[in-house]
Amino acid sequence: MSWEVVIGLEVHCQVNTKTKAFCGCSTEFGAEPNTQTCPVCLGMPGQLPVLNTVAVDKSILTGLAIDAKINLESKFDRKNYFYPDLPKGYQISQFAVPIVEGGHIDIPTEDGEKRIGVTRIHMEEDAGKSMHEGLEAVSHIDLNRSGVPLMEIVSEPDMRSADEAIAYLKQLHQLVRFLEVSGADMEKGQFRCDANVSVRHPGEPFGTRTELKNMNSFRFIKQAIEYEVLRQIEVIEDGGEVVQESRLWDSVKNESRSMRSKEEAHDYRYFPEPDLPPLRVSQEEVDAIKAGMPELPGQLRQRFEKEFGLSPYDADVLSQTRELSGWYESLVAAHPADPKRCANWMANELLGRLKEAGKDISDSPVSAEKLAGLLDRIADNTISGKIAKDVLDAMMESGNDADAIIEEKGLKQVSDSGAIDTIIKEVMDANPEQVEGYRGGKDKLFGFFVGQVMKASKGQANPAMVNQRLKELLKG
Amino acid sequence: MPFSSLSQIKEQLDSGSTTAVEIAKIYLDRIAAHNDTLNAFVHIDPKHVLDQAEASDSYRAKHDPRPLEGLPIAVKDIFCTQDGPTQCCSNILKDFHAPYDAHVITLLKEAGAVLVGKTNMDEFAMGSSTETSAFGVCRNPWDTDAIPGGSSGGSAAAVAAALTPAALGTDTGGSIRQPASICGITGLKPTYGRVSRRGIIAFASSLDQAGPMTRTVKDSAMITAAISGHDSRDATSVNDAPIVDWLGACDATDMKGLKIGRPKEYFVDGMDPEVRASVEAALKQCEALGAEIIDISLPHTEYAVAAYYVIAPSEASANLSRYDGVRFGHRCDNPEDLLDMYTRSRDEGFGSEVKRRILTGAFALSSGYYDAYYLKAQKVRTLIQQDFLKAFEAVDIIATPTSPITAFKLGEKTDDPLTMYLADIFTIAVNLAGLPGLSQPCGFANDLPVGLQWIAPAWREDTLLSAASAYEAATDWATKAPAKFGGES
Repeated sequence: MSWEVVIGLEVHCQVNTKTKAFCGCSTEFGAEPNTQTCPVCLGMPGQLPVLNTVAVDKSILTGLAIDAKINLESKFDRKNYFYPDLPKGYQISQFAVPIVEGGHIDIPTEDGEKRIGVTRIHMEEDAGKSMHEGLEAVSHIDLNRSGVPLMEIVSEPDMRSADEAIAYLKQLHQLVRFLEVSGADMEKGQFRCDANVSVRHPGEPFGTRTELKNMNSFRFIKQAIEYEVLRQIEVIEDGGEVVQESRLWDSVKNESRSMRSKEEAHDYRYFPEPDLPPLRVSQEEVDAIKAGMPELPGQLRQRFEKEFGLSPYDADVLSQTRELSGWYESLVAAHPADPKRCANWMANELLGRLKEAGKDISDSPVSAEKLAGLLDRIADNTISGKIAKDVLDAMMESGNDADAIIEEKGLKQVSDSGAIDTIIKEVMDANPEQVEGYRGGKDKLFGFFVGQVMKASKGQANPAMVNQRLKELLKG
Repeated sequence: MPFSSLSQIKEQLDSGSTTAVEIAKIYLDRIAAHNDTLNAFVHIDPKHVLDQAEASDSYRAKHDPRPLEGLPIAVKDIFCTQDGPTQCCSNILKDFHAPYDAHVITLLKEAGAVLVGKTNMDEFAMGSSTETSAFGVCRNPWDTDAIPGGSSGGSAAAVAAALTPAALGTDTGGSIRQPASICGITGLKPTYGRVSRRGIIAFASSLDQAGPMTRTVKDSAMITAAISGHDSRDATSVNDAPIVDWLGACDATDMKGLKIGRPKEYFVDGMDPEVRASVEAALKQCEALGAEIIDISLPHTEYAVAAYYVIAPSEASANLSRYDGVRFGHRCDNPEDLLDMYTRSRDEGFGSEVKRRILTGAFALSSGYYDAYYLKAQKVRTLIQQDFLKAFEAVDIIATPTSPITAFKLGEKTDDPLTMYLADIFTIAVNLAGLPGLSQPCGFANDLPVGLQWIAPAWREDTLLSAASAYEAATDWATKAPAKFGGES
């Protein structure tokens, strides 16, 4: 009998505010331990939280982007548990009434687009970090992360394979970066995922699920889910039962191990946070955030195809991030004659070179205006496409504009018929046998002459003119 | 002098007939003489007090005096202060020094007050008798074998014995009003949200509110005026609270046209008959002053204590989780592992009443019991709020006894927490409803002070102050002080 995999995902995504969720401390990553703390995020006696409204706006924006309902009144709750990196002994979270409910993310699958439901997005605060590695008999605690705002994005159990789970995560990852609500750097722990996994025979009710924790790359998540699916199937096929538990993925051993069972599960004793009144936002505020929402990747892709006639591939590449799409639109604005040429040169030539150099579009040495300058010289036949690639190399190197490089290196295309005729005549004089052969009917030799002339002109002769003049002069 | 009111001392300072340093010395001498008996103060730094008084005198020499210029005010050990320890009378915070002042402490300093020291209290404000303090019991100046009430018992005893002319307390279920009543002084709990809670060690966040404990009604008004107002760093402090003419409200000398509600649930069999007689006599006096006494009902009163003892411990169970031995406060010696550190640090640091409340709260919030306890208690809270709203459609103010009993003997109720909890039976509903309440002396029963409690609609502290001022002007109860400590009883 076949097995069906059921996956639901919980993503913890750091919201990229300048200051923490409930105090004025910096959220900058990588500072010396415990230097970005204050009495509030250290949980000192009598200190009180004050909500960062930027985090609220960014959570609302994320909700709007997944077509969700924004709760105009939401509430904060305390989630109680003891851990040394949780200074207050409770985490301020949203339990009963989150700020965002419902919504969906559409993912590409082999069978076309599939809609994955999003149950809710709630706001909460991050804990600090505990460090045990390399320490004898002690642990160290860094509370710089304590109080950094998080969105917890909870999906419906709608995914049916590890690949679908990864596709969902990638869409979500792209979205939060696109909306500029999160840096979503997985290595910095800004985008973390827990997976709820179960198996069943198709048509049956859900099986018992396990929760996989501590997965910080798409590759590990895929491995962990695939491992867990096989493990559960094996348990059931051996006549056993899957135990509801949390399992920790060990990316070194490529296996998961039980972290705590249902019996050991925390009772978080949620109750309304009395230090924060209910969070109220007006419909006008939500509408204003909606009005400021950028075009989303899917909308951009469609518009690029329709408005600029781009291939689906180019449209997809250029809509990956807001920086890329913005860069492309600046390029088109500076070189409006041929948006397709813009896309080709940006997607293939520029991005390829940046990737080789290990750079982002944001640190490109060639600006959109300068690349447009290069494309203008192709359009007006000053240089050929082939020469243009060399010019772009030089531009990447020096940051100079195309005209300066063309001028400096003397790369201007030769379109003067007198000059071209001179070169052709020299080539004909040097190759009398081939001239005779061509005139005797060996048409194939035409290509030989084109090659020789281009070589003699160092590639600078206008290819169309070379063709035309060669035909004339070879006639004799 | 020592039994003068804050406003009388202010007059003398303003007239130049005395100085802040002289005033400070008078009270420091009295503390030195009597604190061993009363244990009202748990921390006092005479040099620091004199320094502040000197600074105040030099300020006065150059500027117009600020509202509380040079006036000594003691504060309960629950207020964080940069100067001296802040220990909440708990071993878990033994020798803890806060690196910040509570917002109200900042405001008192800005108003020119001289902070006298830290007063004794029930550990984490959990108690009605100041017997749960980790630093020893506090005694009632009227009978040193009796309790001073609680949890702000140290502040109450200090004012009653004139070790300070005024003090700050906090009131979560009656902790200002009940000890004020028991010690024969005036105490005001402002409307929830009127005074910032930032820097006040939290007991039950949705109920806690700071307020003054003084000899007179006007003194309470002076201090409340200084400490109230919006604090952008306390999200529960109200931004657009109606402004009160604090001192103007204290000019009232009669009660013409005032409709006073007399809730039948607060005059019941089982309360001390002498207490009842004192309060009934006070109401007669109010009638003589022109008030109309209207019998009303607050039908859900009987559920207030039960609801309170679910909600307050629930919030406390979370508020006290931060005392875990990790970052500050007491940590046990040589912990074997994390769990051992948590359990032993907390076991050694907390007293039994605090542990009882943490356990009660954690239980009420736990999975499977939340609906039956916490949620139900919140529903009762709403019903109690509605009781008051309905009552205030017919009356301007409500008058009740503050406590059904007078001071009981030390140790008398320590083995019976449920009886102890009933000491707050008349004060708790006010906190659940977030209303302002004031207790003032209205006579004696069994030779011990009795308190009259006034309850007003939210933000109507002016109504409280006017009624209480008129009553105070017509009687001499506020001038009584324990003879043993030099007062006129």
